[in-house]
Amino acid sequence: MYQGERAIRHPGFTGSFGCDSFHGAEHTMKKTMIQVPSFESANLVDRAANADAPALGDAWTGRGGYRRRTRESAIRLIFLLTALFSITALGLILFFLFREGVPVFKIVSLQDFLLGREWYPTDDPPALGIFPLIIGSIAVITVSCIGAVPLAVLTAIFIAEIAGPRMKEILKPVVELLASLPSVVIGFIGMVVVAPFLQRTFDIPTGLNLLNASLMLGIMTVPTICSISEDAMYAVPRELREASLALGATQWETIFRVVLPASLSGIATAVILGISRAIGETMVVLMVAGGAAIVPTSLLDPVRPMPASIAAEMGEAPFQSEHYHALFAIAIVLFLITFAFNLIADQISHKYKQVGSATL
Amino acid sequence: MDTLRSRYLKQKIAFAVVRVSATMVCLTLLLVVGFVFFHGWKAISWTFLTEMPLDSMTKGGIFPAIVGTFFLTFGAIAVALPIGVASAVYLNEYARGGRTVRIIRLGINNLAGVPSVVFGLFGLGFFVVFLKFGSSVLSGSLTLGFLILPVIIGTSEEALKSVPQTYREASLGLGATKWQTIYKVVLPAAFPGILTGSILGIGRAAGETAPIMFTAATFYTSRLPGSIFDEVMALPYHIYVLATAGTHIEKTRPLQYGTALVLICLVLGVSLTAILLRSRLRRRRN
Repeated sequence: MYQGERAIRHPGFTGSFGCDSFHGAEHTMKKTMIQVPSFESANLVDRAANADAPALGDAWTGRGGYRRRTRESAIRLIFLLTALFSITALGLILFFLFREGVPVFKIVSLQDFLLGREWYPTDDPPALGIFPLIIGSIAVITVSCIGAVPLAVLTAIFIAEIAGPRMKEILKPVVELLASLPSVVIGFIGMVVVAPFLQRTFDIPTGLNLLNASLMLGIMTVPTICSISEDAMYAVPRELREASLALGATQWETIFRVVLPASLSGIATAVILGISRAIGETMVVLMVAGGAAIVPTSLLDPVRPMPASIAAEMGEAPFQSEHYHALFAIAIVLFLITFAFNLIADQISHKYKQVGSATL
Repeated sequence: MDTLRSRYLKQKIAFAVVRVSATMVCLTLLLVVGFVFFHGWKAISWTFLTEMPLDSMTKGGIFPAIVGTFFLTFGAIAVALPIGVASAVYLNEYARGGRTVRIIRLGINNLAGVPSVVFGLFGLGFFVVFLKFGSSVLSGSLTLGFLILPVIIGTSEEALKSVPQTYREASLGLGATKWQTIYKVVLPAAFPGILTGSILGIGRAAGETAPIMFTAATFYTSRLPGSIFDEVMALPYHIYVLATAGTHIEKTRPLQYGTALVLICLVLGVSLTAILLRSRLRRRRN
């Protein structure tokens, strides 16, 4: 109501405060509308040349007005309920993962599940330790980050700070198209191009291994990290750059000592989101990681990251068997890891948001 | 203290490294697309696109996979578009900040971060098993719909934000209710942006493999889907199966390249359309 009153006292107020002015306008309108009948102007409106137009006074105060307002709040409620759907979906996902995954802990303790060194789910009794799978995931992601993070951040620097407008217009779509490449195609390339190459170069029995998976996963994460970092650099106020240049710094010194530190939280968010996506990336690790559930000792060892295990084995696991439940339990682990990473990213981007130009 | 010359030398080296990185990213895209084109175009023919697979998929075409991907993708959009646009309308037009909005946004962000294979398992547990839809177009579309929901919400919100505040004020000032304003003024003005979002969603849904592996896709069917409760073949799953399973992996290489080329053309074509459309929209706004 306060906003509405303020808007009334300043009739000329049409400030562009985003939502605030909008709601202000709405309140203003309601108030003036309700006043209409007291001036007995409803008749005037009735007699107006356009007989088809609904009587204003009637629209808000009469029985029609009541119906109109009820309908408006009903519509608002419908939209609210639809907006809550995302939460519902998240809840449903969690519920069904737990429903199908938790039964596995009847036969294996949480500790043995997470830290057990052996994954032989089809044996009798099955060995359900996912430690090698977790290590497989961590190894693939660590190696891919070593290449992908610098490449992505440097590319972001080029797009945000150095490239001219025309260059930008080419590069930004390129990064976006790279992001939209289907993962199964990247995996396919890894199988038919990179694997034979690695096999020949290192003279090893198979090119499907940790290194190959990391390279292909890098292709998938570069665009994510690049576009978010670029947004972060773009948000750094121009004053900071101008101040630095005015002090005699070169352009590179400005980028390295001013722009990068100022956008560090955004870049950190980008890297975390990139890692979070990489952890869940399935087709690439399914097709090129080699699929051996062992703790790798070298870059050329085959590995079996968590998503690969789920995707490869779900088709064969008998319905509601221990194996089936175990795969759902791996999905819970995956879900919780990505959930945690997303929360951290969310926190960082909220807490260290660059506001104004004086918070370097 | 460095001399000016050495500082500029440093800058030159640094810029060179940065340029090389950007070039590498471009090259990656070019190499992947170029490679698939180079090996795939020989396999593409009219029969390849319009015929059924023959001889345990070593010959013939990929028509059922194209049809399947088409069904799944449009099913996903049919699920995600109404929910996504309505969510965006609530967040941008009705909500006034506060706790509910924070929770909703947190939900959307986290939904966007859920791994695709987890969506697949969820679809298996919920749609296929619990709701007894079986492995079908319906289950697959619903799963993919959940997956692209955050994309649709995000782009729709951007589209709604770009509608000038004065439009709303003018409509309200003429005595329209809020719903009338949204329905007759805001949504039509935001339509091109929402369309862009849907196209992006289509591109995303068409390329995903893991979510449909256990919910919709099948290795091989000799007929096209007759209802939404039928299993279908799909392009991404077809590539995966041909490249990894069976005894004819080497023999079917040309088919694999051909299928990959069709999928890449589809996904990149759709994404490029969305990107161009969006940049045109942004330019017009400025």
